[in-house]
Amino acid sequence: MTKGNAYTYHIERKADETFLDSTELILNMGPQHPSTHGVLRVVLKLDGEKVLGTDCVIGYLHRGVEKIAENRTYAMFNPYVDRMDYTAAVSNGLGYCLAVEKLLNVEAPPRAQFIRVILTELNRLASHQVWLGTHALDIGALTPLFYAFRDREEILKIFEKYCGARLTTHAFRIGGCIYEAYEGFEKEVTDFCNKFEPKIDEYEELLTTNRIWVERTKGVGILSGQECIELGVTGPVLRASGVKWDLRKAQPYSGYDKFDFDIPVGANGDTYDRYLVRIAELRQSVRIIRQAVAGIPEGPIMAKVPKVIKPPAGEVYVSIEAPKGELGYFIVSDGSTQPYRVRVRPPSFVNLQALDKMVRGQLVADVVAVIGTLDIVLGEVDR
Amino acid sequence: MPEEIKGSEQPASSNAPEQPVKADVQVAPGKSGDVAEGKKAEDVKPAAPAVKPTADTVAKPSAPAAPGGPAAAQQPAKPTGPAPAKPAAPKPPEGPKPQPWDAPVVARLKAMYGSGLKEASTYAGQNYVVVDKTILSEVLRIFREDEQFDFCVDVTAVHYPKREEQFELVYILYSFARNERVRVKASFKDGEAVPSAVPFWPTANWLEREAFDMFGMKFEGHPDLRRILLPEDWTGHPLRKDYGILQQDTEWVKVHLGIESGQ
Amino acid sequence: MLEYLRSYMSQPVTPGEAGNFLWATIYILLVVAGVSLAVLFMNWAERKALAHMQIRLGPMRVGPHGLLQPIADAVKLLTKEDIVPVGADKLVFYLAPVLVVITAWTVFLVVPFGPTYAVTDMNIGILFMLGVSSLGVLGIVMAGWASNSHYPLLGSLRSSAQMVSYEVAMGLAIVSAVMMTALDGHGLYGVAANHLETSGTLSMIGIVNSQAEQGTWFIFKFFPLGLIAFVVFAIAMIAETNRAPFDLPEAESELVAGFHTEYSGFRWSLFFLAEYSAMVAVSSIAVTLWLGGWLRPFASVHGPQITIPGYWQGGALDFAFSLLPALTFFLLAGFCFIGFVRMPKLPALRLQTLGLGAFGAVLALVALFLLVPAVRDRVQPIYWFVVKVSVFMYLYIWYRGTFPRYRFDQLMKVGWKVLLPIAIGVLVATAVLGVAL
Repeated sequence: MTKGNAYTYHIERKADETFLDSTELILNMGPQHPSTHGVLRVVLKLDGEKVLGTDCVIGYLHRGVEKIAENRTYAMFNPYVDRMDYTAAVSNGLGYCLAVEKLLNVEAPPRAQFIRVILTELNRLASHQVWLGTHALDIGALTPLFYAFRDREEILKIFEKYCGARLTTHAFRIGGCIYEAYEGFEKEVTDFCNKFEPKIDEYEELLTTNRIWVERTKGVGILSGQECIELGVTGPVLRASGVKWDLRKAQPYSGYDKFDFDIPVGANGDTYDRYLVRIAELRQSVRIIRQAVAGIPEGPIMAKVPKVIKPPAGEVYVSIEAPKGELGYFIVSDGSTQPYRVRVRPPSFVNLQALDKMVRGQLVADVVAVIGTLDIVLGEVDR
Repeated sequence: MPEEIKGSEQPASSNAPEQPVKADVQVAPGKSGDVAEGKKAEDVKPAAPAVKPTADTVAKPSAPAAPGGPAAAQQPAKPTGPAPAKPAAPKPPEGPKPQPWDAPVVARLKAMYGSGLKEASTYAGQNYVVVDKTILSEVLRIFREDEQFDFCVDVTAVHYPKREEQFELVYILYSFARNERVRVKASFKDGEAVPSAVPFWPTANWLEREAFDMFGMKFEGHPDLRRILLPEDWTGHPLRKDYGILQQDTEWVKVHLGIESGQ
Repeated sequence: MLEYLRSYMSQPVTPGEAGNFLWATIYILLVVAGVSLAVLFMNWAERKALAHMQIRLGPMRVGPHGLLQPIADAVKLLTKEDIVPVGADKLVFYLAPVLVVITAWTVFLVVPFGPTYAVTDMNIGILFMLGVSSLGVLGIVMAGWASNSHYPLLGSLRSSAQMVSYEVAMGLAIVSAVMMTALDGHGLYGVAANHLETSGTLSMIGIVNSQAEQGTWFIFKFFPLGLIAFVVFAIAMIAETNRAPFDLPEAESELVAGFHTEYSGFRWSLFFLAEYSAMVAVSSIAVTLWLGGWLRPFASVHGPQITIPGYWQGGALDFAFSLLPALTFFLLAGFCFIGFVRMPKLPALRLQTLGLGAFGAVLALVALFLLVPAVRDRVQPIYWFVVKVSVFMYLYIWYRGTFPRYRFDQLMKVGWKVLLPIAIGVLVATAVLGVAL
């Protein structure tokens, strides 16, 4: 292992390999790059066009969120979690609130749970649309980006009406929701669902049967189900590899067991399957939203939680199915108002580990496609 | 006890014990410690925020009048009793206690290792075992191979500086077949080598690198142990409790960024 | 002098053939101006059309609806700093864009806009075009080499490999079209009388005359063979010009940026000019070979004879078609007028509104000018040629907005393993049918 300073690379070399033996090219996809979604540096070892190995250098967006958590009270830390996976801020907030509520041994009232589910699924739609637009753009299709972002605007407008913010929403509080569903919320969400379902067909029309798209994505970045489990990959990547597992069904939280939806599963574990799985998830999310809107119960939206949140000493690990994968919060409480340790298990971080396995033997142009299909957000990878 | 300390807020002379005082809920930056000293704010009851030793001694004369008073509806029961000579910091609220976890795997581990299995409990519906560090690898292997916990969800650590074995390493494992999660914990001293879990779960590769980066735990048998989130030549391990919230590696900042640290 | 000018005007040949230097020069200048205007317009059209496909508006500020945007871009590029990389091979660096532009413009020597409207009509016209456009590859390799940086080098090598591969398929498609010119007066579709003395020609004007002779555009000849050859050429020409979906060498989201990375300002604009000129050139080849060049649709159908005193004497259908150029410009003027009316009534936009109105007025004047009989008759072939080439330009933009990019190995696979066999197949089939029928 060659050791170096912060800017050198570490690629495995065979034991007897010298500098003169290697005919390989070390190529740096630097932190500033149109295709790495955020500041990600990937050092590639190439033989011509073929990738022999990769080394991801991350940490450019490391903000020390876990350290900050130890210096804020539980309620004060809530806005920080939005900033990790900023495309799916609502999910982050949901996970954190659920974890602290578990520590406090309270449960959000049913109305709050339904509102949470609606907003979280809307957020899943928004996150997948960002994925769709940027992934298609990397592969060269310029137009789906604009279509996806146009529809995402509608979702962001709903968020803005609900809690005042479009992106980093801080929508939930520990114990439930703080904002009541605004006047016309149900109607707007239903209208959005009605307008959105034909749009999914529009995205599919542009890409799913497009010969060039299929050729660029079929057989690229294959990851088998067994490899996914070994590497700890979760989310749509795992489902596209054939493992039918979704935390919303396996270990339901926040009332997900009341809804009827399917889990789309892929067969081959390549980029095309991941694309199909995420498109199918869009449809399933719309289904969940419709059911939730139809069945919102009346009632309080906030459980009885003390003004100063001081969970008893103990530790708990709660995870949810975020759009990117299994997002987990491991919170250690020592009985004071500030958490003793908050560990965020980021799905993008663990999924990115699989990049090396996915691109070995593929061409350089596929690296870009694979990074896009993993759907990573560097805010979550680095925290 | 709260009432004693109330006296520190106002001049110790003339205030009735029940007078509400606005408490400032301030966060003490950089405060760390095994048992954090929390600040409480009650809206109805007389407030008693500041927990300083001086306050205690000053307010001692106003002995607790109604120990049961503040320990009313909102707070869980606090141990009341005659005020000790040197009042300890108020005890944190006690919650439900961890229940012992009965499962075949626990019985098996107990049979195999006896006292090596320090604890096997359930808290808030989540199972965990605390094992001795010498048998950690073995236990992980048993969980992986015999008990079908084929998915490593997370590998992380918690730093308890007041303990002798400061770092508590936590493995969160999941079994697809059983749809169950379990936590395996073991404590290590500072600087001690930790057996790596990479042979069991390749997932642990980056997760252990992060534990090394943030806590300084050295994993033996890890194929590529180097820092992951921080630059390679950074000194210091930020998530340790003795690393300040505003602290930086000033040398690194000066050399690589050309500015004074802290800007 | 005037004699010299007049001596050409009575001859039904191109200036090159007539040996008239002055007129040849005038034609060259007209062609250069026309191509530059086309590139300017194409720049605007691409940005607007692509934007509308992506549900946004495109340039709106610089001139009404962005009509002055190309001029602003040109000014910007001319005033940019001229950066030459350290260690670059200076002479080659300066020559590369010049070479690419020269080859892109030289092909227009033989492009026919009408029966005698070409600078010259070489008897090897199409071969000349193909050969000269191949020289452009040399310029690209020079650019990549001279930049002294491995990204442009790799990009230029990729680009040149792509262009060379697709030239093979292009060439074969062209040969099958040329073979069809030898069928004048023969076969099921041939015209019995009036066949030309020479049968089979490489000359561009000759090819269009063949189509007129045979009464059918070559795209419909031996259906579907002509169509397949046309499609093969259409795909190959997109790859030849490095446009989407074959634009990997110049895509931004790939690792290797294109061969023109190190070029800035005016030198880059030369590459840009060359690329769009090449697009127009290969579209002209496609139009000439398969779509009947300057011929209007149903060129052999004239309709009943009508006479409008002082204005028209001839077939009714001919008359209807002859009004189309003027109608087109009236339509464009109409769009400008509608835009003029719909502009928001804000003081800040007054200048733009007036500009749009003025532009519409100019277009209407041009339309009126096109109704003058002398102009009207001369403009017909040019009009149809330009319309057909514009359709191709729109297709270029449409593909860019719709398709993802091919990976380089897939690109080469399409060129060698798909297009080449099809082109050979069409060639053989055309030859067999041409002999048999």
